[in-house]
Amino acid sequence: MMNYPPGPPTNDDTPSTASPSTPSASPAVRAEDLTVVRGPRTVLRGLDFTVPRGQITGLLGPSGCGKSTLMRAIVGTQAKVTGTLDVLGSPAGHPTLRTRIGYVTQAPSVYDDLTVRQNLAYFAAILAPGRAASERRHDDVTRAIADVGLTSHADALAGNLSGGQRSRVSLAVALLGTPELLVLDEPTVGLDPVLRRDLWNLFHDIAARRGATLLISSHVMDEAERCHRLLLMREGRILADDTPDALRTRTHTDTVEAAFLHLVDEAIAADRTQQKETAR
Amino acid sequence: MSTSAHTDSGTNTGGGPTRGTTPAPAPTSALNASRTAATAARVLRQLRHDPRTIALMILIPCVMLLLLRYVFDGNPRTFDSIGASLLGIFPLITMFLVTSIATLRERTSGTLERLLAMPLGKGDLIAGYALAFGILAIIQSALATGLAVWFLDLDVTGSPWLLLLVALLDALLGTALGLFVSAFAASEFQAVQFMPAVIFPQLLLCGLFTPRDTMHPVLEAISDVLPMSYAVDGMNEVLRHTDMTATFVRDVLIVAGCAVLVLGLGAATLRRRTA
Repeated sequence: MMNYPPGPPTNDDTPSTASPSTPSASPAVRAEDLTVVRGPRTVLRGLDFTVPRGQITGLLGPSGCGKSTLMRAIVGTQAKVTGTLDVLGSPAGHPTLRTRIGYVTQAPSVYDDLTVRQNLAYFAAILAPGRAASERRHDDVTRAIADVGLTSHADALAGNLSGGQRSRVSLAVALLGTPELLVLDEPTVGLDPVLRRDLWNLFHDIAARRGATLLISSHVMDEAERCHRLLLMREGRILADDTPDALRTRTHTDTVEAAFLHLVDEAIAADRTQQKETAR
Repeated sequence: MSTSAHTDSGTNTGGGPTRGTTPAPAPTSALNASRTAATAARVLRQLRHDPRTIALMILIPCVMLLLLRYVFDGNPRTFDSIGASLLGIFPLITMFLVTSIATLRERTSGTLERLLAMPLGKGDLIAGYALAFGILAIIQSALATGLAVWFLDLDVTGSPWLLLLVALLDALLGTALGLFVSAFAASEFQAVQFMPAVIFPQLLLCGLFTPRDTMHPVLEAISDVLPMSYAVDGMNEVLRHTDMTATFVRDVLIVAGCAVLVLGLGAATLRRRTA
């Protein structure tokens, strides 16, 4: 089982294999033998991993490898989850986690027949209900809209926005309140390079200044370079759990993409030899 | 509904309990007035961006009553009984349709999943919808009842307020049924088809076309357990009696009870964890 101490992002090329030296900082997510079954398929097969706090962890892998299912399990919306899955110190799906996690689904989940501001105002009222919090909510909504660069569109109907803008409204909802853990399912898909850069700067800002943990899935490998840590997935299993630098060094490659392809080829080769052995 | 992922067997010993940087999260009780009100306001706000739907919901019952009045131009007694029944049936049907589509959209757009991952109680969501559509139903029923009583000479012996009360309860029942069946519809096509499946049999058996005691005994027995029968019975009680009769009270209680029961069933179809 791979187990790394949570710590600040480092550029040293040697993955630390020492036992956790700072036990007080429990990981944001800790999974042991995490298995998820959807219909006839076992989507996640006995995953063991941890996501350190205060960092950006990238979740990468080809589409259909179980990234979204893993995220849904962490947020607590996935049924048929077995094994251990602790999130922020509580079992995943625990009611007290509902205000502490921000979650963005792959498809933007906002009300098309409400304006950007009305959308956010409603979700803010669910997170912090009551008249006493109304001023705080207003500031929170304004800040979240500014964070995703939609201030000029605040009074436009979400349904009239472009696809990229709608997904940013959905992202803004997750930024409401002060979530300790942000689970973002492909938040930059379909966005232009400038916006993608701005959002990644925002993610780093959230991690650095608010001390939040971010788990971001992507299948764009150049985004992987911007993460502190990476979880590489393939067919419901974790191929690697490391820093981008360590991955490149370990596989003797120049990019995370090359490292990922190298690991996939290795896994396929391993599968084949195993099949041959079982066939024998 | 909870899964075995919750096997928190105290393996988190290293760090001890997590100390969050934020204050303790607001408790997620079954029913929170602020969250319910926020949900109702949101549903109404969504409708406000869709004025055509509002206009259709409010005008169609009035137009139908007007039509009916002159269909039975030479037979005002028939208009009295059918008109009163329809005052109870319209809100049920409209609210059923609107609610089933609205909640289906909530399910398919992913906003339901998002809301249930937030500290929103299922009861808050259901009550929010019931409240929002209840307000619309009051407007709809008030206009239809007013039109029927004052302009179309619907001859009501009892108080028009009681007609309004039954209409409102019918609307609530429609909302409840719509919420419930939307759980079984995977698309708008299916949701619309639930209208004939759930509403039409009740319409045929509720006593609108012929008194229920003249039906085949089997059908009469079935009509005895369908809530719309009591909605129509209640309307007819108001039509014929000056004061609240025991039958009227029974009818009203049955309709209200059914609405609450089905709302509860609707809440049970909302799952925080889905496959």
